[in-house]
Amino acid sequence: MIEVKDIKKTYKTGDVEFEALSGVSFTIKDGEFVAIMGPSGSGKSTLMHILGALDKPSSGTYFLDGKDVSILTDDELADIRKDKIGFVFQSFNLLPRTTVLRNVMLPLVYDGIEQKERENRAKKALLLAGLDEGHFLNLSNQLSGGQIQRVAIARALVNNPSLILADEPTGNLDSKTSEIVLATFQKLNKELGRTIILITHEQDIAEHADRILFIKDGLLEERATHIKKIASQIIKHI
Amino acid sequence: MKNSDLLHETYSALSANKARSGLTMLGIIIGIASVIAMTAIGQGAQNSVSASIQSIGANLVMIMPGATRSFGGPSGGRGGAQSLTVADADAIASQVSNVAGVVREVSSRAQVVATGTNTNTSIVGTEASYLSVRNVAIDEGSFITSQNVTSGEKVAVLGPTARDDLFGVGATGVVGQTIRISGAEYTVIGITVDKGGSGFSNADDIIYIPYTTAQRYLSGNKYLSEIDAQATSSDASTQVQNDITDLLLSRHNISDPTKADFNVLNEASIIATASSVTGTFTTLLAAVAGISLVVGGIGIMNMMLTTVTERTREIGLRKAIGAKRKDINKQFLSEAVALTFIGGVIGVILGWLISFGVSYLGILQASVSVSSIILAFCVSAGIGIIFGYYPARRAAQLNPIDALRYE
Repeated sequence: MIEVKDIKKTYKTGDVEFEALSGVSFTIKDGEFVAIMGPSGSGKSTLMHILGALDKPSSGTYFLDGKDVSILTDDELADIRKDKIGFVFQSFNLLPRTTVLRNVMLPLVYDGIEQKERENRAKKALLLAGLDEGHFLNLSNQLSGGQIQRVAIARALVNNPSLILADEPTGNLDSKTSEIVLATFQKLNKELGRTIILITHEQDIAEHADRILFIKDGLLEERATHIKKIASQIIKHI
Repeated sequence: MKNSDLLHETYSALSANKARSGLTMLGIIIGIASVIAMTAIGQGAQNSVSASIQSIGANLVMIMPGATRSFGGPSGGRGGAQSLTVADADAIASQVSNVAGVVREVSSRAQVVATGTNTNTSIVGTEASYLSVRNVAIDEGSFITSQNVTSGEKVAVLGPTARDDLFGVGATGVVGQTIRISGAEYTVIGITVDKGGSGFSNADDIIYIPYTTAQRYLSGNKYLSEIDAQATSSDASTQVQNDITDLLLSRHNISDPTKADFNVLNEASIIATASSVTGTFTTLLAAVAGISLVVGGIGIMNMMLTTVTERTREIGLRKAIGAKRKDINKQFLSEAVALTFIGGVIGVILGWLISFGVSYLGILQASVSVSSIILAFCVSAGIGIIFGYYPARRAAQLNPIDALRYE
């Protein structure tokens, strides 16, 4: 359960203040598949960093599973990321020259879990993410883009997180592999009840989610109103 | 993060770039090896200096005449005065405690002739106790006896170099032959064992005769040129030195010790002086080697800074999946320490091999001390921590968002 209340984030460079988020509020229930969509510069990356406990809001509160994340220290945030959040990045960020299995086991290393248990959990996560067992001992740089992203999804799954955050996960993939990766997310959401937040700037990618939060100039717009706006613009043009 | 994981991460990080890790380690290897080798060689030099001083006799206290003094006139130089007498030597033997033996000596140089060849060598007039006090052994024949001394016989004992000069290298059947020292005929009664040494202070280029004979035929007076006393132990040598000084001052009626007409030298203090000189050189050598160790440490720091920059995205990812600052810190610090530690081990082995080579080639008997090895290990691990600390801290303080975006 995610509860974001009136989150603001201001960056200061020299004398210039820039407000990336100007009061964002929403709630995401467990098991939802939500897309956060917006053009570049809209504040969606900033929102993703806050939701991913990589950054803290300037004001407002962020409750993740009933815990206020906005007031934690750096080390406590690291613990939240370790226990509750799984990341999937646009640029994959796998360790080079390292086997698929070790890449997926990496989050468990910081959790102090036994080697045997790590392997079991990593294999399970890899199968869930749709990677063949034959690739488990391959080095990460021997895989195709689609396979790499599935390894990254497995890595995001392995610590059993409350929330999977996917930041432009198909940005570096062709449309066919994109479909497969998005299908993987849908499967994880429908069959396993995972909460997934998909951050993207593309409409057709966002439409794979059940709900779309549209963000522009640091403010959230309900998807419905956005459609109305487009509709009214279309009507104007006619 | 478990220690086994830390080891594995360190291993894979270092082996991912073997050439760079190896070259960086080389700096530490050279540094540690030179520290080990230099201290071993320095220690070897110190041992050899002490040993050669000790070869003139153990726990020796030497009494030499002081400078000749005449009011207003020039100084005759140390050892020039005629101030030591046989009675002084007798008094030392009977009145000073902890004295194992006393030797009377009358030294001079003279032309020596034998079977057509001749040489100029040092003639030491002495007595039977010389053997034990001055650490000399007889190879052939016998040494001067108290009988020889009492009756002032013209007998001579040759050092091996003097024997070689007079009768040919390694000549046999020399005992019983006759030589002429300053014109007078002497019978050779013995040859001493080779002591080693060369150049100006060759302990083997020497001829021993009874001191009474030397007084009569060579110096022509009743004085001694040196008295050697042997202390019973090295601990007693300072006491013996002080007692002899007091005794001779009172015997010579001198109240001001600075005006003494003799000098008393203690072998232990000579060794201490020589050791402090070689010790200074050892420190100097080790310091120069230490500089190369510091340069090696800077190499480690340089490599670690490069590594941190190269692996910024990896650090960002590790932080994103839950690594804390201390985890990142530990990871990079352990890479630096592993480099210096392995470098230290190889350096110690290399340094030991160099010392062994120096000893094997007979240049010097180098001695590798356990303390220098332990010190080298501690220093190399310490260098890893010192020079790895800053890069590791930089890595740990990276902001995960910036690190993930880093191109």
